[in-house]
Amino acid sequence: MKKLQHLLESQEHHFVNGGKLEKFYPIYEMLDTFVFTPSDVSKGSVHVRDAIDLKRTMITVVVALAPCILMALYNTGYQANKVIASMVTTPTGWRSDIMLALGLAYNPTDIISNFVHGLLYFLPIFLTTQIAGGACEVIFATVRKHEINEGFLVTGMLYPLTLPATIPLWQVAVGIIFGVVIGKEVFGGTGKNFLNPALTARAFLYFAYPAQISGDKVWTAVDGYSGATALGQAALGGVEKISFSWWDSFIGLVPGSMGETSTLAALIGAVILIASGIGSWRIIVSVFASAAFFAFILNTIGSETNMMFSVTPAWHMVIGGLAFGAVFMATDPVSASMTNLGHWWYGALIGFMTILVRVINPAFPEGIMLAILFANCFAPLIDYFVVQGNIKRRAERVKA
Amino acid sequence: MSLKKTLFDPLFENNPIALQILGICSALAVTTKLESVLVMCLAVIVVTAFSNLSVSLIRNHVPSSIRIIVMMTIIASLVIVTDQILKAFVYDVAKSMSVYIGLIITNCIVMGRAEAYAMKNGPIMALVDGIGNGIGYSVVLIFVGIFRELFGSGKLLGYNIMTPISEGGWYQPNGMALLSPSAFFLIGIFIWILRTVKKDQVESSN
Repeated sequence: MKKLQHLLESQEHHFVNGGKLEKFYPIYEMLDTFVFTPSDVSKGSVHVRDAIDLKRTMITVVVALAPCILMALYNTGYQANKVIASMVTTPTGWRSDIMLALGLAYNPTDIISNFVHGLLYFLPIFLTTQIAGGACEVIFATVRKHEINEGFLVTGMLYPLTLPATIPLWQVAVGIIFGVVIGKEVFGGTGKNFLNPALTARAFLYFAYPAQISGDKVWTAVDGYSGATALGQAALGGVEKISFSWWDSFIGLVPGSMGETSTLAALIGAVILIASGIGSWRIIVSVFASAAFFAFILNTIGSETNMMFSVTPAWHMVIGGLAFGAVFMATDPVSASMTNLGHWWYGALIGFMTILVRVINPAFPEGIMLAILFANCFAPLIDYFVVQGNIKRRAERVKA
Repeated sequence: MSLKKTLFDPLFENNPIALQILGICSALAVTTKLESVLVMCLAVIVVTAFSNLSVSLIRNHVPSSIRIIVMMTIIASLVIVTDQILKAFVYDVAKSMSVYIGLIITNCIVMGRAEAYAMKNGPIMALVDGIGNGIGYSVVLIFVGIFRELFGSGKLLGYNIMTPISEGGWYQPNGMALLSPSAFFLIGIFIWILRTVKKDQVESSN
């Protein structure tokens, strides 16, 4: 550790103003502050002393994501192995070569085989995201001379988790480049974006290449296998047609986008985020409550023609990406509402829109992504009304 | 202003779409195919040029209280003539653009130039200004049209550049490029590039 610090410090003079590698200061700065707490302090007479800065905040989110990532690895492999085990032919390609070299069979009851097989799908997507998105980030940071920070680390973690395992890698790259450039950098970089960059990236893929990502067909990582996700099944035949148990859906052992299937893992992440004070519990609670409430109303009304009306609130909580979106996407402190009261309205809007899109809109099976992007646009307006309301109330009090 | 400046300023220095932010609607509506873009551009250049010319010729005889109605009448007549000509000679393209030829009447560029320029300048300068602004509009539309057709269907002017998978090629068409929001992104990117090069166009933050 001391050696590394010494090495970094001894190289610093190359990167500061006038040094020969001056242009690459953001890259140096990223490495330096990633490993060590920055040595420079505020110069004015007043400043807040707090151990937590942007980088530590972002790292906490990554820690909270760990259960989801583990579940993503396990479940992707589990789903693939389950299908392969039931088929006659065995898969070929580089993944099967590695599996063979490691001596792992495609056995859904073998935990290690599931993990490794899942990893072989997750890793290429994750690396593509980091390389393509990271390159954009570095280019912008270098040209605009701002810092590279861990904002992208979180975006780059969330984004692969929202993708299906079968997505072509070039689409992963195109999506994240769009997300980083149009979703974030055009507005000035981390902290100035009004949309969640990871969701912007996914939304782009959603509209650009709907065949690969729209969310009704199943995403099991096996060639030539197709079926329907829980949402697709429910749209066709109502809740009775869902071929998984509620508990499987809750734990996450169902097909779907890699990180979104497990409500349990998302809830563990929620506990970490809330305990560390980074995610707003108000938003999370509000999203779930409003989705459940609206689903309950629709379920009570019922419908002869639209089978989605028969899905109960309890089912809505565990299928699709509602939990993942509510915990990790909706609570993004940059694009969410800032005020406490605003958190409630913002969350309620997301929950309502999610169920609205899922149940009433026949074109899109899943609604959480669109709902969050929609609410992102309204977050400043919500805050405006909350602040104005507060000013008005205080003015009344002074008058009285 | 010199003749040359009047003609070429609207291309990049004072672009009707990128700087004046006029005529966005048709830039979203007709840009999925380059062919309709070219027809649209031609139509707009003709209408803007001649409406500017006509308005300038009668500018000293029109009472200012009814000038907008007079301009509207001139523009509407020109658009109807253009529409009829297009229907007579390039019927298929005109049909695929449906109402958007007619909607040139409401294109803010035509009205905007008549009100802002033709009412105050002589006929020759007004004509040149009309042509220049029409070309400035075309520059942005062609930029948007090229990207939308190329990425949305892998073609340019109907010729395969990148053969799509559905026709046995390798290119997976980008469905987003065929939806209107992509035109917003492309115009945004155009303005972004333009203002990076020409820093004086950046608005001061308030």
